[in-house]
Amino acid sequence: MIEFKDVTKTFTTKDGDLTAVSDVNLNIDDGEIYGIVGYSGAGKSTLTRMLNGLETPSSGEIDINGDKITALSGSQLRKKRQKIGMIFQHFNLLWSRTVIQNIMFPLEVAGVSRKERQQKAQHLVDLVGLTGREHSYPSELSGGQKQRVGVARALANDPEILISDEATSALDPQTTDEVLDLLLEINKKMNLSIVLITHEMHAIRKICDHVAVMDDGRVVEQGTVFNVFRNPKQEITKRFVSEEVDPALTDTNSIVEDLIKSYPEGIIVQLVFHGDQAKLPIVSEMIHQFPKLQVSIIEGSIHQTQEGSIGSLYLQITGEKESLDGALELLKKMRVETEVIHRD
Amino acid sequence: MTNGSYFAFKTVDWANMGGATWETIWMTVVSMIVVAILGVLLGLLLFETTASDNVGVKVLNAVVSFLVNVFRSIPFIILIMLLLPITKNLVGTIIGPTAALPSLIVSAAPFYARMVELAFHEIDRGVIEAAEAMGANKWQIVYKVLLPESMPALVSGVTVTTISLIGYTAMAGAIGAGGLGNLAYIDGFQANNNTIVLVATVIIVVIVFAFQFIGDFLVRRIDKRTL
Repeated sequence: MIEFKDVTKTFTTKDGDLTAVSDVNLNIDDGEIYGIVGYSGAGKSTLTRMLNGLETPSSGEIDINGDKITALSGSQLRKKRQKIGMIFQHFNLLWSRTVIQNIMFPLEVAGVSRKERQQKAQHLVDLVGLTGREHSYPSELSGGQKQRVGVARALANDPEILISDEATSALDPQTTDEVLDLLLEINKKMNLSIVLITHEMHAIRKICDHVAVMDDGRVVEQGTVFNVFRNPKQEITKRFVSEEVDPALTDTNSIVEDLIKSYPEGIIVQLVFHGDQAKLPIVSEMIHQFPKLQVSIIEGSIHQTQEGSIGSLYLQITGEKESLDGALELLKKMRVETEVIHRD
Repeated sequence: MTNGSYFAFKTVDWANMGGATWETIWMTVVSMIVVAILGVLLGLLLFETTASDNVGVKVLNAVVSFLVNVFRSIPFIILIMLLLPITKNLVGTIIGPTAALPSLIVSAAPFYARMVELAFHEIDRGVIEAAEAMGANKWQIVYKVLLPESMPALVSGVTVTTISLIGYTAMAGAIGAGGLGNLAYIDGFQANNNTIVLVATVIIVVIVFAFQFIGDFLVRRIDKRTL
């Protein structure tokens, strides 16, 4: 259990005071993956750096499994840090050490015996899927492999929590998914709490249970990923969610404009499905009941989140007014979120 | 007499030449070792005391930094004269290879300290932070991160410093420290024997090349940043 209580962090700069984090209250349960999303400068990095004491809060308290981080002395804090794994955007591996030596670093710091270091590091190499690359140097590895070393290193001292600071932001989409899958696997296997900072909603949707949205040092919205995706309240959250639910939004808009030109008589609707709705034959039901309607699909996508699927579908429907009205009525009855984008 | 010929090799006393070569190498190696150790310590001190908010630390950094700059600016030949009384106290004499050591060290250590500081600053800040996040203490960060991660730069710094030390030994030799510089000056220049000067020059060039070669070789061996 991680608790942030009224945490504020102010930096003193030449241009005056800068509040990076302001009045943050968060509770993170054991074994969950908690996402913190925000644009750069939102304060999410500063917030998590206070978890392991790399920054100290100006006011407020941080509590990890009963230990007040803010109250720990130097050596107590170092001891606690051994139980807080962290992975970084730029991996931060030592180039002078091989894969296995990098993984042994935290074990050396913790004073683990040579034999046990060797065993544990080898086990972690296998766990993150780098068997056979133990004696390679970081410069011989791809970005994804480097981050796997980062993950293994973060797990070496059996941490209570794992902090991921933009760990996938320097990776290509496919490698990002591989690393996210690895984090999810570790979370499930070890019941390890993960705090995941990112600016990509994709990472949140893929593996997080809860999410907090940060803007200008404040947590502006928090909740389960499913709820936040389904019903974003703040403008900034809507922006994040729309980027993710509809990555090709601008493309779709131009298609919609073209369609409006070519089919001025029709209507264009956007349907959003949640959970089990995505599995229902809504469109075929509509065609079945109103056979005179012409329906063409402009764009569609379904995303899997931890709690269920979210689908988004753009339809162009042409036909008589009565049928059109009937179809919209039907959609409403089936509780599909419907937005009519264009109607004569 | 040799009438200034460069190639009257019969006039060369090879035993003398060998002894002088050994003295030069001895002065170079001993001062190199001490300079390497002192330089790393001073460089570490400079590195650790930069960008601190503590007033005492700031003052310490300013003082050390100032002394380093001062000793780096004094021409070597003048530094020898300046240090004569101290040398006499320390070594008991102002003649011979051992007497050259204090001035060699005092002149080269600040020079190397600056290179060490620079090498530490070149290390990715994120790597040091990662070590802190893993619970490493200051000392562990020094010998597990700072030193190994900057090793190629530290070694090539030692190479450069050693080569200038070889030059300094020759200068020190000219005012009585022994070695090839001394031989070239007394038996060569003052005795109008250019052959001796030439041979001493060639040997010094060979020594410089040897140190350069060893340094480059070591750097290639330990640098794993690009493979």
